[in-house]
Order: sequence, then structure tokens, then C-alpha cells
Amino acid sequence: MKRIALALLGIAALAGILLSGLPRRSSGALPLTQLKERFAKKTKPSVDHTQFDRLKQPLVKPQDVTAACISCHNGRHLEVMASSHWNWERTEFVPGKGIRTLGKRNVLNNFCIGISGNEPSCNKCHVGYGYGDRTFDFKNPLNIDCLACHDNSSNYIKATGGAGMPDPKVDLNQVAQHVGKPLRSNCLTCHGFGGGGNNVKHGDLEKALFDPSRDVDVHMGADGMDMQCVSCHVTEKHQMQGKLYSLSSMNRNRSTCEACHTDVPHGDDVLNKHTLKVACQTCHIPTYAKVNPTKLRWDWSTAGRLRDGQPYEEKGADGVDTYMSIKGTFTWGKNLKPEYVWSNGTATHYLLGDVVDPSKPVKMNELHGSYDDPEAKIIPVKIHRGKQIYDTNFNYLIQPKTVSTKPGDGGYFTEFNWTRAAEEGMKLIDLPFSGKYGFIETEMTWPINHMVSPKKQTVTCTECHTRQGGRLASLSGFYLPGRDTSPWVERLGKLLLLMTLAGVFVHGGARLWISRKRKGA
Amino acid sequence: MHQEYVYQAFNRFWHWAQAALILFLGVTGFEIHGSIHFFGFAQAVKYHSAAAIAFLVLVVFAIFWHFTTGQWRQYLPTRTNLRAQADYYLFGIFRNAPHPTRRSALSKLNPLQRLVYLGLKLMVIPVLALSGLLTMFYRYPQRFEVLALKMDGLRTVAIIHTAGAFLVLTFLVAHLYLITTGSTLTSNLKAMITGYEEITDDTDAAHGTRPQ
Repeated sequence: MKRIALALLGIAALAGILLSGLPRRSSGALPLTQLKERFAKKTKPSVDHTQFDRLKQPLVKPQDVTAACISCHNGRHLEVMASSHWNWERTEFVPGKGIRTLGKRNVLNNFCIGISGNEPSCNKCHVGYGYGDRTFDFKNPLNIDCLACHDNSSNYIKATGGAGMPDPKVDLNQVAQHVGKPLRSNCLTCHGFGGGGNNVKHGDLEKALFDPSRDVDVHMGADGMDMQCVSCHVTEKHQMQGKLYSLSSMNRNRSTCEACHTDVPHGDDVLNKHTLKVACQTCHIPTYAKVNPTKLRWDWSTAGRLRDGQPYEEKGADGVDTYMSIKGTFTWGKNLKPEYVWSNGTATHYLLGDVVDPSKPVKMNELHGSYDDPEAKIIPVKIHRGKQIYDTNFNYLIQPKTVSTKPGDGGYFTEFNWTRAAEEGMKLIDLPFSGKYGFIETEMTWPINHMVSPKKQTVTCTECHTRQGGRLASLSGFYLPGRDTSPWVERLGKLLLLMTLAGVFVHGGARLWISRKRKGA
Repeated sequence: MHQEYVYQAFNRFWHWAQAALILFLGVTGFEIHGSIHFFGFAQAVKYHSAAAIAFLVLVVFAIFWHFTTGQWRQYLPTRTNLRAQADYYLFGIFRNAPHPTRRSALSKLNPLQRLVYLGLKLMVIPVLALSGLLTMFYRYPQRFEVLALKMDGLRTVAIIHTAGAFLVLTFLVAHLYLITTGSTLTSNLKAMITGYEEITDDTDAAHGTRPQ
């Protein structure tokens, strides 16, 4: 009796210890309820702009609006003019290349390639009026377009091909009287339509975020917290927090999940350990381009085919263009699993004049990092693959002139002549064109940061911790439990086990046989 | 034949608790390893960690018991009867020869068992425990942090841990089979359950003499 009691006591003690060994909620994380409370408070403008006399007087030119804004908000224009939204360039330390000034002004991509020569069209999205060529006056505050970001009436649109000027139909007085903090619609009008159409570039920023459900984006969901872009991209004196490695090189001014959620946000310590090497986005954005397709490949080399002397377009599923005479062939994708790379927050970019190796794809931007890098984490990315024009003699990428403003200016979209487009484009970036061109494969890496999914849709353990075909199958240099094994230990271990089993069967079989024989005898 | 009390209460409790934990650790461990699918990965990780801690607690109690009762001497290797024991498993057992060693409360283990169990206790289990603890508590190299358990990654410890697991699994197979080699097929099992083992008396030995 005493023994049984002791044994039971022992089992009870063991069970207690077993339970206490289970991971507990870690302290330090900001509870979600607190965050929800903070972001549930929606701010209203503290003044009513419809009451200002200045905004009731006729505003004829868009510059009149800017002058009216500055007359009260004096000094704010200086902040805007110090921002990258205005300058379209930043001075950055580019690893391996030194201190360089780069931005939309002078960096090429593998979508519409670059703005030089194409300003009237591309620069629709500049926060200014009239950035139509290199001569734009960046010092004139009246050229600032306050309304692009501060229109809260949803009636403000910029003209196509207008170098940032508003559409002539816009009622400037009406819009100027309805201004406020930027809404999702303000940001997304440009950031959701880069590359010439909805969701072309990012894959995680598109018109579906104007009014998304929680399933599409857990933060911005209208049926959820209904957060704005600037809720996370906190802005101080018109300097936006956050940037993208399509153009940025340095690990600074980042807008992070951790700023609110801390780096130990989970109740489970094992999950919290992941945050040292795995970015939040990796597990919490299982798919991107959830609503509308995004462009995955753009092959310029097929551009220029005409039907009856006329350019044409072909459409695919979801109504997207699959071929355009002016731009070439496109591949699109929807509900995509991201690719995964290591990122330590720094990137290198292809800069004008860099010599390329035609035998392999040119990396338009390259994110740095590896397992061994203490700063690096695994992040989800979209890799946009392109095939674009380069100079086969000088082996550098070509900036073609694509947009045409007057007949005979070389714009490819109207003339379909690559030699002319290259000549005119290269003139504007002060690089010689040899006259010989070809098309080269390019890759551009776009970190996926938006369209965070609700908790239930989070990537599960075995999507990575699996022997084959896991999300992280392509990443090496570290041991991932469930994925990795030592082939030798596996082989020897199994051999040892099989030999033991064989020994058991032979030995046991012999005993059985002998004992049967004996009984029979 | 007579019955002799061989395994004390704690001895039996320890044995069965350890057996259950090792089995459980094996299932959950090989699930984490990607070899089998049973509980689900997340659950397997949780259960494996909890069972590992329970196992360590049991080990602490067992060590205390071994030293306070002097039971640790059971594992002292001996050459006496070592050859005889091996001969028995290879030949004698087929001729229905008697066991060369006699089990008693004072000497529970035959010379081969002594060697194998000592190896498990001094080599395999400590290596598994240590590599397991490192897996649970190591920290990646981090900036601004000085931590004793800083490691570059899991590869080495994980591979050592896996190798240890294969050894324990192999032991388990052999152990389960050797249970059947007592006086009768089930006498060893019964002894570990009840504590009492049926001992064949010398006078019962009709087939030969027992080497001493």
C-alpha cells in the first residue's frame, strides 16, 4: 500500500513538472488589445477647410492651391522639398559602390525601365506640377502638389501624360476645401499602380486595399481596424517612415512590424525564437496578390509586332494584358506564394553604366544577407523577371525613350524602332549608345510587406519544417529541423536498426524452431 | 523454483516511467525529425520539450536513488561470466542450457547488461540530454548580447541528437527481444511488473552445472 502511494506521489510530481515545463506566455509583448485601442481612435481634422475665405476665392491654376496652402501652413513646403517624394532621389551608401545619389530619377527597373525621356507619363506620380523633363525646377515651392496626398474628397486626379498636372476637369476649390491627413486612397493611387497598371509592380499594394476585408489585409480591413497607410508609415515633418529596396540601399528609417508588436509577440517561446532569423512577414503573409493579379514577367523583346500596320493588345484571364505591341509579353499571377531570401536591410542596385554579364540575369537590385549574418532575417519577396534592352557592345542596360510627346522624337510606343528609342534615351542619361542592342534577362526583388493575413491563415510549421518542397527549400547554409538530415547518420542509423531487427528475427526464429522440434520429439 | 524479490518499488516505477518517456520522446522526436507524422509538428515540439524535462527530473531522482541505495554498483563492469553470458546467447539458449548468471536483488544484471546499461547511462543518455538542452536553450549569435549558450546553428547538435536517438531505438528493439530470454518467455516481464522473479534453483538444474 505504502509503495503504491509513493509511486502515485511520484507520478503526480512528474505530471506537475511536465506541465510546468510547457512554454508559457512571455512577458514584454504589447497586448493586442492595447494596440487596438490605440488605433481605434480615428482623428478628425481640427479645422474645417470649407470655412476659409482663401479657399473660397477662385483657384484657377493648381499652383494657386499650393500658394493658398503655404499662406497658412508656412514652412511646410520646405519639409516636402526635403522629402524623397519630391526629390525622387536620396543619398545612400551602396555596398560595394560607395556613396551614390539614387532614386526614381536615375535608377532603372525591369518594368517601364526608367523615367528619362518619359517624364510626362511616368511623372504623373510625382508630388509636383510639371516635372516633364530634366529642367524641372525643384526649388520652386509652388510646384508642390499638396492635393495628391491630402485630398480627402476622392475627386482629385492627375492627368495622364500630364507630368503631374491635375486633370483639367478637377474642381480645385472643392478639393482644396476637403483636405486632411492622407488616406489609403491617396497613397495607393500611385503606389498601387506603379509600372503602368493596378498591382503591376508590388503585388502587395493595389486597388483592393482601397476598401479591403480583413482576409486581404488584417490591418487595413474595413471590417477590422481599418488602419491607414500612415498609421504604420509614421510621418514626421513630411518625412515618411519606410522605404523599399527597389531603390533604397541602407538599413535606415524602416517601418517595422516590431515597432508595435515587439520582437517577442507570441505567447509561445518557440515561436518567439523564430523572430531572430525569420521576419514577421514570412509567416504572416502566406500569399500575396490575393485579389488581383500582379506582373511576374515582362519580356520587352517581343514588342513591336503589328497587325495591319497597327499595334494591338491581347488579354488573358482576369482581363489583364498578356501582350502589347508597345511593351511586349507579360506573365501574371494571383494568390502567389512568395519566394524567400535573406535580408539584412541593405541592398545593391544596378546603376546607370554598370557593365553586365550577358550570360546570366542582371540583378536590378540585390538584397544582402545570409544565415551567418546576425542582422539578416528570412523575408518574403516577389521576384519580377524581365527581358529588356541592353547595349551589346558596351554591355550595359539601355534607357530607351518610350513615351512620345511630338512626332519623330523616337518614342518607342509610337515609332516601334528600338535603335531610335535607344539613341534618344541614352542621350538623356549622358551615356553613349553603340548602335547595337539585344535583350537581356533581368531580376528585380520586391519585398512583400503588406496584405498581412489574419492569424488563422498564418504559414504552418510543416510548410517549412518538411523534408521536401517546403517554402524554404531553396535557402541553405543552416540546419532546419524537419527539413535537414545528415545522410550518413540516417544511413548508418537505419542500417544498425535493420541489422538488430534481423538479428532478433534470426535468433528468435531459431529458438522457436528448436523449441517446436523439442516438443515434437 | 522459488520467487525472489528483485526489483524494488522505485526501481520498477523508474523503469516504467523511463520506458514510457523514451517511447514518447522517440515518437515526438522522429516527428520533429520529419520521419513520421503523428501529433502534428507544433504539438510534437511542445510534447517533446515537456517530456524531455520530465525525463531529466526522473533522471535526477534515479541518480539520487542509485547513490543513496548503492544500486549504482549494479553497473560496475565485470569480466566474470562475460564470455559465458555471450556463449549462452549464442549457443546455450538453443540447447536449453541454464542461465550462466543468477539474478538476485544483489545482482540484477548479467555482465553484458552491465556493459550496455553503463554505456547508455554514461554515454548515450548524457549526449542526448546535453544536445537536447542545447537545442532548447541555445541562442543565435546576437548583437549586444553576451550569452553563454551562443551557437552558430543547430547542425552539429541536431545530428548528434539524431545519432543518439538511433542508438536508443536500436537498444529498444534488442531490449524488447531479450525480455523473452528469461526462465520462461514472460518471467522477466513479470519480474519488472511485480518485483518478484521466478528463480530456477540449483537443485532444479537438470541439464548441467552452473558456472560460477
